[in-house]
Amino acid sequence: MTPPIRLVGLTLGYDRHPAVHHIDGTVRAGDLLALTGPNGAGKSTLLKALAGEIRPLDGRIERAEPVAYLPQADEIDRSFPLSVLDLAAMGLWRRLGPWRGLGRHRDAVIAALGAVGLSGFEARPIGTLSGGQFRRALFARLILQDCRLILLDEPFTGIDARTVEDLLALIRAWHGEGRTVIAALHDLAQIRAHFPQTLLLAREPVAWGATARVLTPEHLGRARRLSEAWDEDAPVCDGARHAGRVGQGDERGHGPREDAA
Amino acid sequence: MSDPVTALVGPFIEFGFMRRALAGCLALSVSAPPVGVFLMLRRMSLMSDAMSHAILPGAAVGFLVAGLSLPAMTLGGLVAGLAVAGLAGAVTRTTALREDASLAAFYLMSLAGGVMLVSARGSQIDLLHFLFGSVLALDDAALTLLGGIATVTLAVLALIYRPLVMECVDPLFLRTVSRAGGPAHFAFLGLVVINLVGGFQALGTLLAVGLMLLPAVAARFWARDLGGLIAASVLIAVLASLSGLSLSYHLDLPSGPAIVLAAGALYLASMLAGPQGGLLRRLVRGRHLEA
Repeated sequence: MTPPIRLVGLTLGYDRHPAVHHIDGTVRAGDLLALTGPNGAGKSTLLKALAGEIRPLDGRIERAEPVAYLPQADEIDRSFPLSVLDLAAMGLWRRLGPWRGLGRHRDAVIAALGAVGLSGFEARPIGTLSGGQFRRALFARLILQDCRLILLDEPFTGIDARTVEDLLALIRAWHGEGRTVIAALHDLAQIRAHFPQTLLLAREPVAWGATARVLTPEHLGRARRLSEAWDEDAPVCDGARHAGRVGQGDERGHGPREDAA
Repeated sequence: MSDPVTALVGPFIEFGFMRRALAGCLALSVSAPPVGVFLMLRRMSLMSDAMSHAILPGAAVGFLVAGLSLPAMTLGGLVAGLAVAGLAGAVTRTTALREDASLAAFYLMSLAGGVMLVSARGSQIDLLHFLFGSVLALDDAALTLLGGIATVTLAVLALIYRPLVMECVDPLFLRTVSRAGGPAHFAFLGLVVINLVGGFQALGTLLAVGLMLLPAVAARFWARDLGGLIAASVLIAVLASLSGLSLSYHLDLPSGPAIVLAAGALYLASMLAGPQGGLLRRLVRGRHLEA
């Protein structure tokens, strides 16, 4: 089975300044991967690139299948007169396209809203939902997208503990169904409790593998030091320096997977 | 004039040119307000105003080349409008500039270029004709054009409705699942342009915006969902056309401005009395509910 995502010498950034520098690795089918690191570490940038939103500065992403993506800063116009049912039903686009009617899929939409605890909210305008309810509605849309690969960018910021519990249960259910889930998160306790795999990012990959082996004080300290440096006069990267280092340090190299042992 | 119904419909029964004016305005009332609803919801209300400026020089150039000829002026307006809309849309989608800014840049260039062309020829164009239209002198060709524009508008809106709504609500999501956002966006801009060009036949370029936007904005006070907004906006536009034309006949007013002022009056009335967030409804608040 081909892996859902393979990163080859991937460098991402804005205006030639890399935000994610020379990352190599493979996400295996069925992985439940947490993506963590300080602010400015490149988590959102990496997810945007995986979703196809931005193009790599260098290297490439090999992605086998369509992806369902929940961005951190959505561009949703909440004042638009749209019902919760219609918002969730957008997830059916790949099946319905621009013209086919909702028809028999209506039950699936109502079931998805039920699965996120929004039964009875179908006809409500999206502008009347609270922050937590709105996030639940977006998760209903993710359910309806029915993708094997799901990307979540800080899906739990600003919502209450009960909603987080419900949505985590949903993510565990996806994992149980063999779907691949990558989520950018900040809460280390949450990652340790629910995510078997972690990629610690600080503009370059600090460690990638089993969560317990990645989230060590040493790695976290290194991530803090590496992040947030932005040099206006940075020299042009020749790539060789980084290519040489890949697979060298045990914490950076991702050739033989650490958790394979 | 004692019976209001007779007063309202009398002129249309009596005079052929009034019937033609009404037919033209009704065609525009069916096509322009739904476009205006989407403009309003995308917070691009003023974009139609800018577009009408972009069309003006094109129509003027058509006039310079072929005189007061409907096909030439329509074609000129279409070319200028579609060029400005297309270029602004392309710049918005490929650079960091936002739509309002790129549109402002291109419509100013179009307007200045048009003024320069006109003055270079040294011709005295009756600008008032462009500004206020000739709704009482619609010939067969103009009526066919307005009917055709209404047909195309409704057909295209039906085709792009779903991607257009998704592009309005969540453009980022639409980008990740489909490439339909771009074509839907450009098709919509095309609809804005052809409706403004059609409106300039009936109401003049500047006032064409009125029949596109005022009914749409007024509808906001009557309906909550998109279907309701579109239906209400069309209804308000039809009422404005009917009452505006009738008033202009009885009081001997210019008909283009009369229609737009009628739409304006309906907007003010909606703002005051509309059930969805109208002023009166806000002042007289009901007691809050249990849950």
